Amino acid sequence: MTGQGLLQLALYVVVLVALVKPLGAYMAAVFRGERTFLSPLLGPVERLIYRISGVDPAHESDWTRYAFDALLVNLLGFIAVYALQRLQGVLPLNPQGLGAISPDSSFNTAVSFATNTNWQGYVGEATMSYLTQMLGLAVQNFLSAATGIAVLIALIRGFVRREAGQIGNFWVDFTRSTLHVLLPLSFILAVVLASQGVVQSFAPYQQVTLVEPVVMQEQTVTEQTLPLGPAASQVAIKQLGTNGGGFFNVNSAHPFENPTPLSNFLEMLAILLIPAALCYTFGRMVNDQRQGWALLAAMLVIFVPLLVGAFAAEQAGNPRFDALGVDQAASAMQPGGNMEGKETRFGIANSALWATATTAASNGSVNSMHDSFTPLGGLAPMWLMQLGEVVFGGVGSGLYGMLMFAVIAVFIAGLMVGRTPEYLGKKIEAYEVKMAAIVLLVPCLAVLLGTAVAVMVPAATASVANPGTHGFSEILYAFSSAGNNNGSAFAGLAANTPFYNFALGIAMWVSRYWLMIPVLAIAGSLAAKRATAITAGTLPTHTPLFVALLVTTVLLVGALTFLPALALGPIVEHLQLHGSH
Amino acid sequence: MTATHAGTTALSRPIVLQGIRDSFAKLDPRVQVRNPVMFVVFVGSLFTTVLGAAAALGMAPNAGRPGFVLLISAWLWLTVLFANFAEAVAEGRGKAQAAALRSTRKEVQAKKLKGRRAEGGHTLVQASSLRRDDVVLVEALDVIPADGEVIDGVASVDESAITGESAPVLRESGGDFCSVTGGTRVLSDWLVVRVTSNPGEAFLDRMIAMVEGARRGKTPNEIALSILLSFLTLVFLLATVTLAPFSRFAVASSGVGTAVTAVVLVALLVCLIPTTIGGLLSAIGIAGMDRMVRSNVIATSGRAVEAAGDVDVLLLDKTGTITLGDRQAAAFHAAPGVTEQELADAAQLASLADETPEGRSIVVLAKQQFQLRGRDLAGTMHEFHKFSAQTRMSGVDLEGRRLRKGAADAVRRFVEAEGGAWAVAVTQQVETVARGGATPLVVADGKRVLGVIELRDIVKGGIRERFVELRQMGIKTVMVTGDNRLTAAAIAAEAGVDDFLAEATPETKLALIRRYQGEGHLVAMCGDGTNDAPALAQADVAVAMNTGTQAAKEAGNMVDLDSNPTKLIEVVDVGKQLLVTRGALTTFSIANDVAKYFAIIPAAFAATYPQLDAFNLMRLASPESAILAAVIFNALIIVVLVPLALRGVKTRAVSAAHLLRRNLLVFGLGGLVVPFIGIKLIDVLLAATGWI
Repeated sequence: MTGQGLLQLALYVVVLVALVKPLGAYMAAVFRGERTFLSPLLGPVERLIYRISGVDPAHESDWTRYAFDALLVNLLGFIAVYALQRLQGVLPLNPQGLGAISPDSSFNTAVSFATNTNWQGYVGEATMSYLTQMLGLAVQNFLSAATGIAVLIALIRGFVRREAGQIGNFWVDFTRSTLHVLLPLSFILAVVLASQGVVQSFAPYQQVTLVEPVVMQEQTVTEQTLPLGPAASQVAIKQLGTNGGGFFNVNSAHPFENPTPLSNFLEMLAILLIPAALCYTFGRMVNDQRQGWALLAAMLVIFVPLLVGAFAAEQAGNPRFDALGVDQAASAMQPGGNMEGKETRFGIANSALWATATTAASNGSVNSMHDSFTPLGGLAPMWLMQLGEVVFGGVGSGLYGMLMFAVIAVFIAGLMVGRTPEYLGKKIEAYEVKMAAIVLLVPCLAVLLGTAVAVMVPAATASVANPGTHGFSEILYAFSSAGNNNGSAFAGLAANTPFYNFALGIAMWVSRYWLMIPVLAIAGSLAAKRATAITAGTLPTHTPLFVALLVTTVLLVGALTFLPALALGPIVEHLQLHGSH
Repeated sequence: MTATHAGTTALSRPIVLQGIRDSFAKLDPRVQVRNPVMFVVFVGSLFTTVLGAAAALGMAPNAGRPGFVLLISAWLWLTVLFANFAEAVAEGRGKAQAAALRSTRKEVQAKKLKGRRAEGGHTLVQASSLRRDDVVLVEALDVIPADGEVIDGVASVDESAITGESAPVLRESGGDFCSVTGGTRVLSDWLVVRVTSNPGEAFLDRMIAMVEGARRGKTPNEIALSILLSFLTLVFLLATVTLAPFSRFAVASSGVGTAVTAVVLVALLVCLIPTTIGGLLSAIGIAGMDRMVRSNVIATSGRAVEAAGDVDVLLLDKTGTITLGDRQAAAFHAAPGVTEQELADAAQLASLADETPEGRSIVVLAKQQFQLRGRDLAGTMHEFHKFSAQTRMSGVDLEGRRLRKGAADAVRRFVEAEGGAWAVAVTQQVETVARGGATPLVVADGKRVLGVIELRDIVKGGIRERFVELRQMGIKTVMVTGDNRLTAAAIAAEAGVDDFLAEATPETKLALIRRYQGEGHLVAMCGDGTNDAPALAQADVAVAMNTGTQAAKEAGNMVDLDSNPTKLIEVVDVGKQLLVTRGALTTFSIANDVAKYFAIIPAAFAATYPQLDAFNLMRLASPESAILAAVIFNALIIVVLVPLALRGVKTRAVSAAHLLRRNLLVFGLGGLVVPFIGIKLIDVLLAATGWI
């Protein structure tokens, strides 16, 4: 590890934490329906939307109706994206004349973008028309993120309300997330990114003559096609909404998607910005900011060591190269370490930081190829996903997932203080435990069963690029990504096949909605309860002790569930790499 | 504690022997399926037995060494049996108690009356044929045939069979002492009793059913925990089942070794699922109920026992709970121109016939302070005046003197009627005493006011410290009293309660409970009178005194056989202990898994990836011994923890945060470390046998 690298990581964390309070407070005001500095501008738009769509913002619903509305909007989004892909050949804004996408790939991509996963089996610049990218994918980037935030807000209301039947109006929460939170932030980021050189154009791809001709396979290449498109606007929301679906295939490793160190820093910051700030929003809305800070602390306590660990593993480089006498030490002239699959523009620290941030949050965008990471460097991102995408996680979904872990932690710890467990004054009883347990179980189910099926099906194992343990890691990574709605790819796995398109599509679908529904069920059940008074006999949930307990619960569930699988993948790969030289 | 309850506190030999027999009886799949965690072990045991047999017969070549498979299988069966044993022992203790209770009930003859009067004549019937609303006559030395309410007569009753208290108690119709319990014996006089329960629903029946565990449904919290444990089991089932294809893929792609065997996967599964808490869960519940019974409290449901742990407001009656039952004379304050000795003398004379504790304490105080001996008034001209609600005075007319003591206003009326004058100084004395939280009694001799006796509530020793402890646990204490605010405030301050309700009436009590509940508190109270019934019904945990009325008992969800209001504090403790024990053992059980992974994972994949031996932190002798050691540890830990499950984890009077830190340290960290040591030790022993 280099001091300069560590300094960059520290700078990132400090800037992130500094932004938590202002943004979190703003979002709390938005979801409480209070006036903000943007109200004069956006308020009339919001009211106009309600008038046109016939929504009565004062009318609230119970959790089943809320869930129905959320699922409905996601279903419509799925159908729209599927149709756009299948029909793009006859639709406008298709300067390259790209044809219809195959049904299985269309299905996979439609599920992927509706579920905020943004797993990409396709190659963006080679298959998707500008219209599909903008109207299908970019729109879903907003809507899937807004759905996650809305569900979180409903859950928070469940904690706050007493003996209430309603948990809010989905359409209002959904509209406010999009209009007051995602749009303004995306607008600012898109403009800044465009200023850094991220392309934003409707022009067709450009043919340019190479300055220096390249000889490839005994042919001299003198020309190159430069893909273009409305990228900046889409990149902004893909980072902010924990979507991660790149405009171009190599995502933010592409110079047109992420050209400069500043764009790189801002894009990384955008990954964790909203999930981190929502912790503060949570504290505000439950009228105890310490509760929000405690959850953020728990996330950071898991995130920072894994970040530093990944950085250390990458900087340490490959022991086989050492054996060959290759100099892998960092110096003024070279970044050192394992540079395979990394952009020289970003180096080790920023690649490791992006990899851990993008998997801690369920973003999934990349600026380096995770497949080329060292076994331990790749283990960190993979495990962060397997923890259930609760360390920051998706916008909204990460925090509601973490709150489910908190419910379980409170349940066990609460027993140890001799009372029926309670969280934020609400008793945690059989129903909540059952629903929270489903939320914890479903991703494990999707990841482990998906991987198990894949290693048994010849059509699936044929897609593996590397044999042995690394090949196993590639499959495990793919299902960990889809089964936790992350969407990042290990690469090395040819996933655009009917098997993976369907299997991963199902994994994404199950683990998005079969988490969302139980979470809303808990919201409904909690809202109906009366609040218990806080006394010295109540387990405090804002203390370092509770943070430690929550962290232990998350790590223990993650470790106990995935340790055997990880042992057969990255862990044994690491041991093999280091044991045989 | 009664004699019948003693002797079962320890695990006696017959209970253990019966427990061992019952462990086998509980192997019935219909019993096993009720506990999902142990059912998985049960299925695993069956599966490995079949596998082992097949391997031994050469029908399953890839199953592993037959001896090893069968050995694992044997220990899995033992795991199931140990869990059964824990439950059986807990039930056995309850049954022993129930048997002791049942022995007190002999089939008795009941004198069933035709009408509601003793004079109407009776017929002899079996007690078991009595129905609700039958009326029976119980005479001296008869056993009361059923639970009921006295509608006529007064008698002293020996209730030691139920309460263990050997002093007989008085039972009479009307008022708060009208309830009698079946199985107790009338010692003198007679009672007419209206039966209040049908056969099988009587108090003793409820008690027996409860301690036997027959009526024990799962409590809400137990259900929640069972759900969590089932989900954990499911997660581990997934993690281990998927290892089979993973391992086969690993063998295929690395080209070395053999895939992990089924028996190893079953062993891993059983080690990972929370068998420790799963096996002990029902024993903990039964033992909790048992502890309640041992402190002579009968809960109507396990739910009530659990709710007791959640209580954070205790409504305590002042009299008997916070103060010694009665007020005691503490000082004499003589009026101007009267000596204290003169006042004491008059006060003693006025109290000689006063058999109330207050009256006796005046006699005693006069004797202590002025060596005035109680005099025998025989042979003198005297007439006693008893205290009555109308006069609110008592006293004696003795050889022309008219001595009176009583409430200030009553005595003032008396003095003024006698033609005397009321001194302002006395009013001041009265007020000073009242402000100090004591009760002033004014003494007069005819028209002359002599002074004031200060009657003081004596706060029980140690109760203040108890309240401090409760406060640390987050439990608020509220004193309920009929006294005026001034008196109540002074006693409240002296006893150190958090709040008080003065001039309490049934309505204000009920309102107070509702207010606390509205603020989100759980309220516990105890009561005995019929007028307590509404408040008892409203409270979350309501302990009725056994001496109380039938209405009170029916409104409450617990009955205290000792009729000791301080018991409320113990009840809360038992409830907490129940939850703490469950939480502690769950934490321990899950923390254990870490060590088991370190034992089994390197062993399971030793053939394919020998590099994983880096995880063999315990340096276990061989893959087979490692797996077997983990399985043996997993089984033995259940037995080791049976006493803890039955006794319960100690709760302490500290805040929730402290208690959590302590229990996390002991059971979390302990759960992490202990299996490393245990598995290593077992492995060393196994290696020493040389077989493995």
